[in-house]
Amino acid sequence: MSTLPSAPSINREGLNDDQLRQFYVTMLRIRRFEEKVKELFLDARLYGSVHLYIGEEAVAAGACAALRDGDVISSTHRGHGHGIAKGLELGPMMAELMGKATGYNFGKGGSMHIASLDHGMLGANGIVAAGIPIATGAALGFWIRGSREVALCFFGDGGANHGAFHEGINFAATLKLPAIFLCENNHYAQYQPVTQDLPVSNVADRAAAYGIPGVIVDGADVLAVYAATRRAAERARAGEGPTLIEAKTYRFEGHFLGDPESYRAKEEVAAARTERDPLTRFATLLTQLGLAGAEDFQRYDDAVRQEVAAAVAFAESSPEPSPDLLLTDVYDVDGRA
Amino acid sequence: MGGHEWRNEYAKKAASVMSEVSYSQALNMALREEMRRDPRVFCLGEDIKESTYGVTRGLYEEFGPRRVIGTPISETAIAGAALGAALVGMRPVAEFMYMTFMMSAMDQLVNQAAKMKYMFGGRALLPIVFRTMAGAGRSNAAQHTQSLETWFAHAPGLKVVMPSTPYDAKGLLKTAIRDDNPVIFIENKLLYATAKEQVPVAEYTIPFGQAAVRRTGEHVTIVGLQRMVEIALAAAAELASAGIEAEVIDPRTLVPLDLDTIVASVQKTHRLIVVHEAHERMGAGAEIIAQVVAHAFDYLDAPPQRIANPNVPTPFNRMLEELSIPSVAQVVAAVQSLLS
Ligand SMILES: Cc1ncc(C[n+]2csc(CCOP(=O)(O)OP(=O)(O)O)c2C)c(N)n1
Ligand SMILES: [Mg+2]
Repeated sequence: MSTLPSAPSINREGLNDDQLRQFYVTMLRIRRFEEKVKELFLDARLYGSVHLYIGEEAVAAGACAALRDGDVISSTHRGHGHGIAKGLELGPMMAELMGKATGYNFGKGGSMHIASLDHGMLGANGIVAAGIPIATGAALGFWIRGSREVALCFFGDGGANHGAFHEGINFAATLKLPAIFLCENNHYAQYQPVTQDLPVSNVADRAAAYGIPGVIVDGADVLAVYAATRRAAERARAGEGPTLIEAKTYRFEGHFLGDPESYRAKEEVAAARTERDPLTRFATLLTQLGLAGAEDFQRYDDAVRQEVAAAVAFAESSPEPSPDLLLTDVYDVDGRA
Repeated sequence: MGGHEWRNEYAKKAASVMSEVSYSQALNMALREEMRRDPRVFCLGEDIKESTYGVTRGLYEEFGPRRVIGTPISETAIAGAALGAALVGMRPVAEFMYMTFMMSAMDQLVNQAAKMKYMFGGRALLPIVFRTMAGAGRSNAAQHTQSLETWFAHAPGLKVVMPSTPYDAKGLLKTAIRDDNPVIFIENKLLYATAKEQVPVAEYTIPFGQAAVRRTGEHVTIVGLQRMVEIALAAAAELASAGIEAEVIDPRTLVPLDLDTIVASVQKTHRLIVVHEAHERMGAGAEIIAQVVAHAFDYLDAPPQRIANPNVPTPFNRMLEELSIPSVAQVVAAVQSLLS
């Protein structure tokens, strides 16, 4: 009888070893980037309204891996992870968070408005649920052109109670637009527990109201998020219309940097950190599959920390935007964006 | 009664008369007093139990879940629910934490609440307060820094209130709650914590449409809206050392506007500057200047000036943001050029 633990049998969704490892690296890049952001904020080297994504990394990493170049995402106030997973570089992202001239938005947007249309990132957003109709519109553009791209919208459980949720999804459903509505249910909308504002058990239950599939996934399981998003993307590309995916997740940090977090028990957060950490979980899986060992994880971590340090150095050594920029970009003047 | 006891009694009494409070505490006092006074008054809004800036703090504990209602993130429903409740005899105080979120509720605010009384031939009482917070200065970028008072001042049927001190915040909020019309009650992000003063614990209200003259002077009139009153006063202090006496006027309510006080001041000083955080174009400054020109044209010695946001969304970068907000230096320079 063998005493060796057998490798767990998982559905690899057709992904090769490197692709699986890449999930981990993407999540790690988000985690280390944001840990650094927090540190810099507390040191007053970075300012503004900052909402951390730590704990929710598997959602962005899994979902964006299921998209192709040309597909687009719309994001939220908690958008760093979405941007990184969609391929934005850490240097210009960090620079934007510091309001520097080398940031993606030349320092005019900051954390809540990071965007890079070149990467198909249609913007973080300071307005809850505003990204939902915007994703519907992007999908509408693809649909009119008859092209094969999809638009994916990240939004929160709180966003599911805004009128824009209903209007945006219903519209997309009526035309069977190539859209994916991905709710990150992290169990809180600011200080309100999700149960207080949501009279149904799941956001995904609302899909029935629009005649589209509603899918629930474990948001701490990057492969599960990937699989659900891939199916939704295939459906969308096949002209079958939108899908509402609900990823059950948890934010480890406060609503914003500076949140005293009086609305939830420290034990609840501690338990989530030990039981629901998407990185720990996936590291365990990679280990069990024999795809990575302690040395590999150390190597990933060293490389990512270096990348983050370089991003900080880039951002901190970048110039402030020139005062003239205050008055530019309100209107287009030459059609070149 | 021994001397000591007497002094203690006296101290207690004095403390019960005036209390040093912040702007947000003053607003909290007003809500509490009005909710105690009238069971029809209730509050609704997102996260008002926790209350980030403390304005509604403790109200849930005192008044319970039927009078302090935390809502989903549904601004149209918040505004509409306030309106509907008013139509059946309640006196709602709805909160939109940032003024920018009111944009999600414009139909209920402007198409419904503002016009309903008129459309119904006057046969409706709409005693609603829509509380919100405006102003830039904390690196919140373009969406979370808007000062949109003129959007609402432009809609007949709404009153627009903009207190600049804790004393006014309390007195004006109480008046707003007792008013039988929809009132857009605009608070200011930076004033919440920074503005502090002695405020009577006892009952008082401040009527709408009465400006406050914050400083008297004979050379120039500076009208400042909300936090810009502070800026105007700082500029006036600087100008005084150069022998220029500015009169600083705080309209306190934009609708109704106390034009008489402003006109009387301009008749004395012959010069006018209006300072506000909202965009310059079509802003309150344009309206105030137009009215003054219409009523006191012959008294003006120089073209009236506006100092306001230069028609750009608020940038995130804090140096750019600072450039977008009227400054003491700008006001001083404008006064000097008016007088030269
Ligand atoms: C329309 C609108 N209303 C209110 C807010 C204030 N606000 C910012 S984030 C937030 C909570 C959002 O909760 P959720 O959608 O669950 O996202 P999470 O923060 O949990 O990621 C609120 C109420 C806003 N930004 N936009
Ligand atoms: Mg949430």
